[in-house]
Amino acid sequence: MSVDPLSQLIAQKGVLLADGAMGTSLFAMGLEAGEAPELWNETAPDRISDLHRQFVAAGCDIILTNSFGGTRHRLKLHGADDRVFEINHRAAEIARQVADAAERTVIVAGSVGPTGELLEPLGALTFDETVDAFREQMEGLKAGGIDVAWIETMSSPDEIKAACTAAVAIGLPYVYTASFDTAGRTMMGVHPRDIHELSSDVAPGPVAVGANCGVGAADILSSLLDMSDAREGAAIVVKGNCGIPEFRGAQIHYSGTPPLMADYARLAIDAGATIIGGCCGTACEHLKAMRQAIDTHEKGERPTIETIVDRIGPLRNKPAGDDKTAPQRERRGRRRA
Amino acid sequence: MSDDEIILADLSDDELVQQMHDDLYDGLKEEIEEATHILLDRGWAPYEVLTEALVEGMRIVGEDFRDGILFVPEVLLSANAMKAGMFILRPLLAETGAPKLGKMVIGTVKGDIHDIGKNLVGMMMEGAGFDVVDLGINNPVENYLAAIDEHQPDIVGMSALLTTTMPYMKVVIDTMKEKGIRDDFVVLVGGAPLNEEFGKAVGADAYCRDAAVAVETAKAYMKRRHNQAQTA
Repeated sequence: MSVDPLSQLIAQKGVLLADGAMGTSLFAMGLEAGEAPELWNETAPDRISDLHRQFVAAGCDIILTNSFGGTRHRLKLHGADDRVFEINHRAAEIARQVADAAERTVIVAGSVGPTGELLEPLGALTFDETVDAFREQMEGLKAGGIDVAWIETMSSPDEIKAACTAAVAIGLPYVYTASFDTAGRTMMGVHPRDIHELSSDVAPGPVAVGANCGVGAADILSSLLDMSDAREGAAIVVKGNCGIPEFRGAQIHYSGTPPLMADYARLAIDAGATIIGGCCGTACEHLKAMRQAIDTHEKGERPTIETIVDRIGPLRNKPAGDDKTAPQRERRGRRRA
Repeated sequence: MSDDEIILADLSDDELVQQMHDDLYDGLKEEIEEATHILLDRGWAPYEVLTEALVEGMRIVGEDFRDGILFVPEVLLSANAMKAGMFILRPLLAETGAPKLGKMVIGTVKGDIHDIGKNLVGMMMEGAGFDVVDLGINNPVENYLAAIDEHQPDIVGMSALLTTTMPYMKVVIDTMKEKGIRDDFVVLVGGAPLNEEFGKAVGADAYCRDAAVAVETAKAYMKRRHNQAQTA
């Protein structure tokens, strides 16, 4: 089997720059709160290509399609669940065109976000239905020309596995990243060091795994330490938020500055990341600074949490604990079912 | 005794209540239903069953959720077990005119379908003795206004899980301000991408980082409201 384009580019360049924020950047282009960004693939494709082009001009090696909420479960809210294939196909085409027009290799990654539903037994969605939903979305993305499925902002291990299964079923290489936003783990309790195991019974395995979004640049670097410690040599992604969201007047502003995000990129390299990008709030000015940092930084000593806090700022959450602490309470006898 | 099966009906009242706390922690729905019936059969007032068994049990769950010992899957199972107990108690509570802490209208904002956290808050609030009106997902400002009008709550809760939907909270609060009703309600907001400063900036009374904090915050505001009402 031939090596996929993302793995090739990693082999060639070592560390790659992924892109910045899609959703929050579209606000700056006129998206209203509550509107579906994915519908802009049909109604305002020029603005989506513009944003992709700006990311490429800022130096990104990987651009993500505007398809984060592109499963039928998410599109249903906007009455577009009967156009899953078309919307995702269009999202991929728009990004593909921009990538093909670039003078260097730019990878088109098909963004796949969570369905927003709970899987059995907590919720009603079965594993097979979840695979189907992701497969439907990914078929559109594949037909539109993506290089790799980019499964992101995940919390549930089952949902990650379902998305990986869907990618494999249609022959797409894939990457998955989780959002570690709850006491250093995902909302569903996944510890960063366990990220590698989540697709262990899916073959072929992922091109890379990692973290995105979450709570802030310092926290995601702390998760990175756990992820890179758990498996030496793994290709790891960090795509952290550009600091913390704040309102300034009527506009949302993220607290991260270009120098801070450049330092985040350097620390990410030192902590073992292969693909570094930004999530919410990360704009081209930040990406340019990160590009320069990646191009000029020599991998240094592995940072400690103290170094990270010192250079990036305090952690918003406590780091993920060492064990899933057993209940501290004195337990009475457990009943048998 | 850990390997012996516990017969709930053989336990003393105190032991049974302890056992219910454990069973809530473990999310054992049928056991909670059974124990709720046993306490009622023994002549417990529905309100006592609610507060001493269910609310206290969920308080423990809430603390361990807050402290990163339990995560959403476990807490959902606990909340479902609590709901099963509440289902038995609710009609009885209504009959006996048991005291209510207050009323909350809660919903996920427009454009957002995420309701896991919002549902948890709703269940924990109900478990803590609040009346909860759940508007579900994808709520435009009109839904909040209509519910406020119809239900006259004490508290309005909004949830968002996406950075693209959280700014809508400001739209709702600004509309409440325009209508001159903002200060008649306590507005609480929550969701993964939010933070305290964000809550303040959109004009909410408080940001609640999880369901346990939401319950504590709601209780604190209700206490303050009562005190204000008394001194007014």
